[in-house]
Amino acid sequence: MKAIVWQGTNRVGVETVPDPTLLLPTDAIVRVTSTAICGSDLHLLDGVIPSMERGDILGHEFMGEVVEIGRDVKNLKVGDRVVVPFNIACGACDPCRRGLFSACDNSNPNHRMAEALYGGVSGGGLFGYSHMYGGYAGGQAQYVRVPFADVGPHRIESDLRDEQVLFLTDIFPTGYQAAEQCGIVPGRDVVAVFGAGPVGQFAARSAQLLGAAHVIVIDRVPERLAMAAAAGCQTINYEQDDVLVALREATGGRGPDHVIDAVGMEAHGHGPGALADTARQRLRLSFDRITALRWALLSCAKGGTVSLPGVYGGLIDKVPMGAAFAKGLTFRMGQTHTHRHVAPLLSRIEAGEIDPSFVITHRATLDEAPDLYRTFRDKHDGCVKVVLNPWG
Amino acid sequence: MNPDSTNPDTTNPDTTNPGNTSPDSPKPDGQVTSDRTPESQAAGEGSTGAHMPPLERSVVGSVGVALIGAGLRSARPLQKLVLGGVGAGLTALAATGRNPLATALKIRQNAQGEVLVSDAVTVGKPAAELYARWRDLARLPDLMTHLQAVEVLDGRRSRWTVKAPAGTVSWEAELTADEPGQRLAWQSLPGAAVENHGEVLFRPAPGDRGTEVIVRLTYRPPAGTAGAVVARLAGEEPAQQLRDDLMRFKREQELGFAPTTQGQSSGRAATGGPA
Ligand SMILES: [Zn+2]
Ligand SMILES: [Zn+2]
Repeated sequence: MKAIVWQGTNRVGVETVPDPTLLLPTDAIVRVTSTAICGSDLHLLDGVIPSMERGDILGHEFMGEVVEIGRDVKNLKVGDRVVVPFNIACGACDPCRRGLFSACDNSNPNHRMAEALYGGVSGGGLFGYSHMYGGYAGGQAQYVRVPFADVGPHRIESDLRDEQVLFLTDIFPTGYQAAEQCGIVPGRDVVAVFGAGPVGQFAARSAQLLGAAHVIVIDRVPERLAMAAAAGCQTINYEQDDVLVALREATGGRGPDHVIDAVGMEAHGHGPGALADTARQRLRLSFDRITALRWALLSCAKGGTVSLPGVYGGLIDKVPMGAAFAKGLTFRMGQTHTHRHVAPLLSRIEAGEIDPSFVITHRATLDEAPDLYRTFRDKHDGCVKVVLNPWG
Repeated sequence: MNPDSTNPDTTNPDTTNPGNTSPDSPKPDGQVTSDRTPESQAAGEGSTGAHMPPLERSVVGSVGVALIGAGLRSARPLQKLVLGGVGAGLTALAATGRNPLATALKIRQNAQGEVLVSDAVTVGKPAAELYARWRDLARLPDLMTHLQAVEVLDGRRSRWTVKAPAGTVSWEAELTADEPGQRLAWQSLPGAAVENHGEVLFRPAPGDRGTEVIVRLTYRPPAGTAGAVVARLAGEEPAQQLRDDLMRFKREQELGFAPTTQGQSSGRAATGGPA
């Protein structure tokens, strides 16, 4: 089959690789009908996330049709159309039973690798996302092996198009969880979202779905800001305005009640060391690893929530903890517990409350994917979200 | 090191930033608080990790941070992980202020020169079931991959055989405590190649989380401490094996199988390499 393969730092390519097979009786094989490139794939491209190996198949946002199931799979049958959460969860451990699917104790075969780096704990496995997260082959391919097939895949029974449900695999639940964990008081709370990439877009619209009185989106890319404005959000271009002043003005001096940092470490195109240097030089030209977080803490209103869907991987310093303490902020963060959001968000899509396909700007085949990784990374051509057709 | 990055060894935490002083931070005169974990608690019984002087500690910490940075910058994934891991270890070490050589490899020793190893895992099953699985000594090699065989000799005695770099090593052990559903303890019999004793505790976890399984092992490495260090570096050391064994046990009990990616598709198989 064809697959997008990691070939080394800043090198992805299309290769012909063996078709996946069932490795355990609880596996299924899915024929991928649509897959997407995610902002966090760019961290793999950059080599910021350790423990990638040459030849790893990328991709964690995918959906398709079940073509084969292991003998212990009970909830799926061949022919089912499914979306598959990007994180892999066993469904049986204590975190899974509490709905903390991304914190699954059991799904990462390389638990020791993650434990060594993260203080003796390992999160669950992820599709196509480095060996530290299990080393599972990803879904930017024509077929993919799905482990724990009774737990992750969710059947799509309505006639919604792929593009309307594909993002249930990651960016919609990720943006939604970021907004949900703010504890928005409907009709009262103002929410600011730093970063108008795909997750920021879904965080902003989720804040609206949850009743935020006003949503403000901060970025510098005009196409991204226009997309947020189209949803009725106020926008701030941080290249043109002083963010903290603009947010105070927009909120009568209180600051946003909740702030979502949908940027994270965002180290595209740079190694972290080089990034820190360039960031210092170009502070107003790009979010650096900490600028978004710093602005989030400084701008947030008293008693507010700082919600972090953006990915942080290592250590950071110069976090304005004094401001956070003085204002009594609450921090909520972590990998998305995708599984628990799929059914309720699918209901919202079916009810016509939101059509997630709004975020798509580029459609391509697998063969074109390496070019689009670069287009997306460099935010060229108005690129916000790329959907790939593995059979195109 | 950047002057802004507060070094806990040279800066009193109460005077770092007067502008950001928290409302409850003024302390009674003369009372100096530490923002660090008390070493005496962290070190635990039998530790030989000596306290590091502040200068040494900040050097170790700096090297640790540098290694993490070097690891992140490295183009080679394995090197990145190893440097990052060692760097994280050194940084943590500096943060707790304990002797690098004794502590870096997390080897704990008691006054008799025995090495202590312990670990714990919570398993979502009742204690009685987990105890029963463990008490069936002959089946332990399924859980512990380094164990070749356990031969039950009688109600108390058993013969243990483990794979070693040069062939196998075996010894006899006897149960010194057997409290169904709660605790098993054992001791090697005189003449054992690897003298050891230990216990497994099965303790109900709070709430509905199942059972906390705690294993404590003590052994005398064949070549003394150096042997333990070499074994640890070679990945053959009981602390690592114990962690893997406990996770294997948890997965067997909670899932009935071990998750795997062995044999999956990749771009390596296409070029004749291992998948
Ligand atoms: Zn993603
Ligand atoms: Zn789990």
